[in-house]
Amino acid sequence: MSTETVHITPYRTYAWVLIALLTFTFLTITVTWIDLSALTVFVALTIATIKAGVVLTYFMHLKFESSLFRVFVIMVLAIYVLVILFTLSDYLFR
Amino acid sequence: MTEEKTHHPEPSYLVNTGKYKGLMSWLTSTDHKRIGIMYMYAMMVFFIVGVLLGEIMRLELFRPGQQFYGPQTYNGLFTIHGIIMIFTVVIPGLAAVFGNFSMPIMIGAKDVAFPRLNLFSFYLYILGAGIALTSQFLGNGPPDTGWTFYAPYSIQTHTNVVAAVFGAFVLGFSSILTGLNFIVTMHRMRAPGMTFFKMPLFPWSLYATAWIQVLATPIVGITLLMVVAERWFRIGFFDPSLGGDPVLYQHLFWIYSHPAVYIMILPAMGVITEIIPTFAQRKVFGYKAIAVSSLAIALVGYFVWAHHMYTSGMSPTARWIFSLLTFLVAVPSAIKVFNWVTTMYRGSIDLKPPFLFALGFIFLFMIGGMTGLTLGALATNVHVHDTAYVVAHFHYIVFGGVGFAFFAAIHYWYPKMFGRMYNFKRANWAFGFLFIGFNLLYFPQFIIGIQGMPRRYFDYLPQFTLGMQLSFFGGILLLIGIILMLTNLFSKKGAKAPDNPWGGRTYEWTIPSPPPLENFEVMPVMGPDETPYDYK
Repeated sequence: MSTETVHITPYRTYAWVLIALLTFTFLTITVTWIDLSALTVFVALTIATIKAGVVLTYFMHLKFESSLFRVFVIMVLAIYVLVILFTLSDYLFR
Repeated sequence: MTEEKTHHPEPSYLVNTGKYKGLMSWLTSTDHKRIGIMYMYAMMVFFIVGVLLGEIMRLELFRPGQQFYGPQTYNGLFTIHGIIMIFTVVIPGLAAVFGNFSMPIMIGAKDVAFPRLNLFSFYLYILGAGIALTSQFLGNGPPDTGWTFYAPYSIQTHTNVVAAVFGAFVLGFSSILTGLNFIVTMHRMRAPGMTFFKMPLFPWSLYATAWIQVLATPIVGITLLMVVAERWFRIGFFDPSLGGDPVLYQHLFWIYSHPAVYIMILPAMGVITEIIPTFAQRKVFGYKAIAVSSLAIALVGYFVWAHHMYTSGMSPTARWIFSLLTFLVAVPSAIKVFNWVTTMYRGSIDLKPPFLFALGFIFLFMIGGMTGLTLGALATNVHVHDTAYVVAHFHYIVFGGVGFAFFAAIHYWYPKMFGRMYNFKRANWAFGFLFIGFNLLYFPQFIIGIQGMPRRYFDYLPQFTLGMQLSFFGGILLLIGIILMLTNLFSKKGAKAPDNPWGGRTYEWTIPSPPPLENFEVMPVMGPDETPYDYK
């Protein structure tokens, strides 16, 4: 416990994160007016992923925590990707 | 330690020292030991109900044709039998009871990391179980989908599916919170000097289990909510008539429910790994291999789900990939069995009841595991899919495996839990009835399954009569065994238990029986040369 330091994030950082999230939200809405055909879902998911990344990094303090937490998050993401890939082994080869 | 054995100044956790007395002192307690015991009693009630429902099904199946009730009642019975046994007994199972009671002590902690959250998990468990049971009595009759709630039938049936599904959803939350609590506890609260690779192997198995609980359970939660959304708002997720894909339901359901089998079995394996070195008085063989194989089972076990779906119309590519992965998950399981057997080699074996149950576990789990490979292989699976063979296989794993490990665990930690011993002779008799009854009940199901008896059928052809009747008598012997075991444990007060009746080496055997409220008077420290299994 003694080796741990408490990181205090300045309000300014949180304000920037909030602005970034709101911007991405408007972007999500805006792209729905453009016909991207097959890319529609891809674009929406990409924006959502960026937003989730920002929340994890700043609001959930991942940037300032020990590397163990980063390992956990990477592990979870890797499992998620594998689940999708294995599921696609059904849908893409039917 | 010798000083502790002669006087116990701290009152035990069974003595009420808080604000409330009687039942309220239990219901408001955040002590991990009391919460574990509350889970145990609740689970025992559900288990007995589940067993009786099973016996009622066997009674109907005694002869071909209708005997006592009709097919719709039978459908309702196997559904609620499955829901009770899977969601309220074997999934929380050993982790909720013995994980709560023993794990914090075994790692040298005073409690879990979040004691209030732990009590909240228990209440969620009771609430979820209550909702699932209520589904039997409200709405348009008991659900008849089976515990798997397969779409599109679960979307179309008029029975009370929504309540049962919602009950399972709430039970899932209980499981997630327990898993989270255990992960944090094992990361943050181990005794000084106890590195991860010096942690006893039951906590190791719980650690692997907890990750599955946290990562897999939300998927079934969402899936079940999708069923509700489809029933209420006609959103076409799974029903082809609404534009949905029923195979997608099966994917989502088994992405959780197959790892759930490992949520059940990993703690069972952990308990066996504790019992064998204690009763063989032998250092556990291949400590690291067992610890790492728990993680390997958790990881690989996450990616075998579609072996439940070979005949669902899934792509041939997916079929062989999942078959391969299924064969791979057998490797870490076999490592464990090899290590248990090797631990016994040249040990000073003491054939006490917990060890007997542990041996029973290995035997039954091996049969369950081997027959799992028959089902994991594509060619044979097509023949036995949805037959009584599958029923036999998963009962060998879930009851022969998890159930017998639960019985082993209760006989192992009972003296620590209640500070009393039980009658060994009666426990051995109970084991005999349980073991013979179990095999007589389920082994014939393998045979009639191969011969073509489908599962979940209310009626059958005359050639299956002998198998069904053997199973019925097996069920009776099993019931006698359960009654014998429970009366032996809970009806008479046995002699006072010593602190370490079995000669165990893990921390729970160094403290009084029953333990004081905060477990340790002096917090333990693990020396650099110490290991959790310092036998010969």
